Amino acid sequence: MFHWLEKHPFLFAVGVFVVIAFAGLIEIVPSFTQASRPLVGTAPYSTLELAGRHVYIKNSCNACHSQLIRPFKAETDRYGHYSLSGEYAYDRPFLWGSKRTGPDLMRVGNYRTTDWHEHHMKDPVSVVPGSIMPGYPWMFDNLANIDTAYAEQVTVSKVFSVPYNKAVPTKDGGTVTVAMGKDLADARAMALEEAKVIAADMKDPKVKAAVEAGNIPEIVALIAYLNSLK
Amino acid sequence: MENRPLEYDYTVAKMFMLTTVLLGFVGMLIGVILAFELAFPGVNTILGSGLAEFTNFSRLRPLHTDAVIYGFTLSGIWATWYYVGQRVLKVSMAESKFLMAIGKLHFYIYLLVVVAVVVSLLAGVTTSKEYAEFEWPIDIAVVVVWVLSGISIFGLIGIRREKSLYISVWYYIAMFLGIAMLYLFNNMEVPTYFISGGIGDWYHSVSMYAGTNDALVQWWFGHNAVAFGFTVPIVAMIYYFLPKESGQAVYSYKLSLLSFWGLMFVYLWAGGHHLLYSTVPDWMQTMGSIFSVILILPSWGSAINMLLTMKGEWQQVAASPLIKFMVLGSTFYMFSTLEGPIQAIKSVNAIAHFTDWIIGHVHDGVLGWVGFMIMASLFHMAPRVFKREIYSKKLMATQFWIQTLGVVLYFTSMWIAGITQGMMWRAHDEFGNLAYSFIDTVTVLHPYYTIRAVGGTLYLIGFVMFAYNIYKTMSARPVEEAELKNASPMGA
Repeated sequence: MFHWLEKHPFLFAVGVFVVIAFAGLIEIVPSFTQASRPLVGTAPYSTLELAGRHVYIKNSCNACHSQLIRPFKAETDRYGHYSLSGEYAYDRPFLWGSKRTGPDLMRVGNYRTTDWHEHHMKDPVSVVPGSIMPGYPWMFDNLANIDTAYAEQVTVSKVFSVPYNKAVPTKDGGTVTVAMGKDLADARAMALEEAKVIAADMKDPKVKAAVEAGNIPEIVALIAYLNSLK
Repeated sequence: MENRPLEYDYTVAKMFMLTTVLLGFVGMLIGVILAFELAFPGVNTILGSGLAEFTNFSRLRPLHTDAVIYGFTLSGIWATWYYVGQRVLKVSMAESKFLMAIGKLHFYIYLLVVVAVVVSLLAGVTTSKEYAEFEWPIDIAVVVVWVLSGISIFGLIGIRREKSLYISVWYYIAMFLGIAMLYLFNNMEVPTYFISGGIGDWYHSVSMYAGTNDALVQWWFGHNAVAFGFTVPIVAMIYYFLPKESGQAVYSYKLSLLSFWGLMFVYLWAGGHHLLYSTVPDWMQTMGSIFSVILILPSWGSAINMLLTMKGEWQQVAASPLIKFMVLGSTFYMFSTLEGPIQAIKSVNAIAHFTDWIIGHVHDGVLGWVGFMIMASLFHMAPRVFKREIYSKKLMATQFWIQTLGVVLYFTSMWIAGITQGMMWRAHDEFGNLAYSFIDTVTVLHPYYTIRAVGGTLYLIGFVMFAYNIYKTMSARPVEEAELKNASPMGA
């Protein structure tokens, strides 16, 4: 019976395709009919946070740090409440990672400060003796890409209806509105305001001077993002 | 027309052999550097702190995986296709100007994509999805390369003289279709430059899927890219090269049928095992876990079929280093496809996930099975493609033992490291507090990371010996008039 099929490459290929596509149809399609709904308290990223997320991705932080807390006592003891699907509703792409060479960062905003991150990124061993993480001193010089972050905000609000400039509920029963600039200049100004708050808690004179001059180093955006992980 | 044997045309096969050796070396060298960076963090600034941005772990890690997967392995797969395809379909590429042009175009565009990937990953242009890091312009170029390879495969099949498709061809077809489907769906992304009206980087994009859905599609891709890149085409190789090299017929046709269709049906389901204890629905996690265990059957089916092909001819294993590579490769395949399902069992996964045991699993498969099979295939092809005997069989045997030792050091150290780390993460003291801080679970791994780096270095040394042997074969041996005969030129 199969000898026959092996003489008809086209039908053979169709057969193979049907067999391999089958699992995808059953497993993946159902989950897409149910678009992931944001959990109460989950807000979209601000321009600066998104720019920081891009810095995180650019340097493949996800190669060593996960953002997925599994439902085990050891993990909830160490990192906080286990992950829920709705918390990732605005994560494009997802950053769960597949290897923990360093600890999970899903809720790192709850237990680390701007000051700690600053030292950690410059020289990890200074705050974590024995750490095998390399330093990232160039983040203090390179400027964050606010334009691309804004372009992404415009895109996700247009294409995926991510609720910028709309009130979203918070855990304590109130609401919060994440604003997005009307245009690029507006977005840059808003990001700079946010950056000033972060830079005020930082020590590095270079970074302070840059923000003073209206520029945002990558490290400021990255810390804004890390602080938003709660 | 006079009746003479077909002259096969290996022009394109030779080109891909070259990139197999070159990119294999680059990918493995980066791997060794990464291993040393984890053991001795000072290596991160190996070229000085000014260049640390481009030499530290985070930039090199995606480059390592992509260089090995898409540089070494894919080149090896295509080198063998442009050799095996002609021979089992009984048609020479020289007969079709069109297919020859497609083959060359396939190679040159592939080379361009390789350069683009290296530059963009070093620059930090990445989507962060593992083994699918490329931004949309490169994704489109990859699709072009893939379509060209498809035209090449189906074109050659279209003008074949051999009516029935040999087993290896089934697997090449499956690889083409599988990767095509997976790659397209996983890389669905929206370029932000165009939607926002020309703001920011033109190459930046945002994933079509969010959060849990994105993870689901990514691991459906990530796991099965391994399936259709590291399993399926490598099985195609062993089904051709082991019988050829040993002069033995494939043990069982029925078993090869059963394992082929079984593998096709079962493999795709298993992607869910990457997402155990995550936020994807429970039933999918369970399906991923169950099907991973079922996957042992078709995997072992092919491997046992190959090992039984050697029935009654085991003296060849002792006599021929090439047969050694293939037989140990099949054994590592069995070993790795047993280890994977064990890690996919939920309770084991709870310890193994996120640890180095997974890295160990990947590498006993990739170094022991994929690497050995590709090198063995090239060793078999080289005398026939270059019409010269292999330069040194002794060097080949030495390489075999050095690399085997390297693989063993690699996976044993990673097993111990992974299980140690997994157990330490979950340990509580008698008061119910965590027993170790995270950094304790890092510093304890130092000896194992060092052993891993040594194992990787041994494998790399073996690979350099392989490259040297192939190079000397090309340049230093006299040309043979008649094609070398099988059963087994190494043993004779």
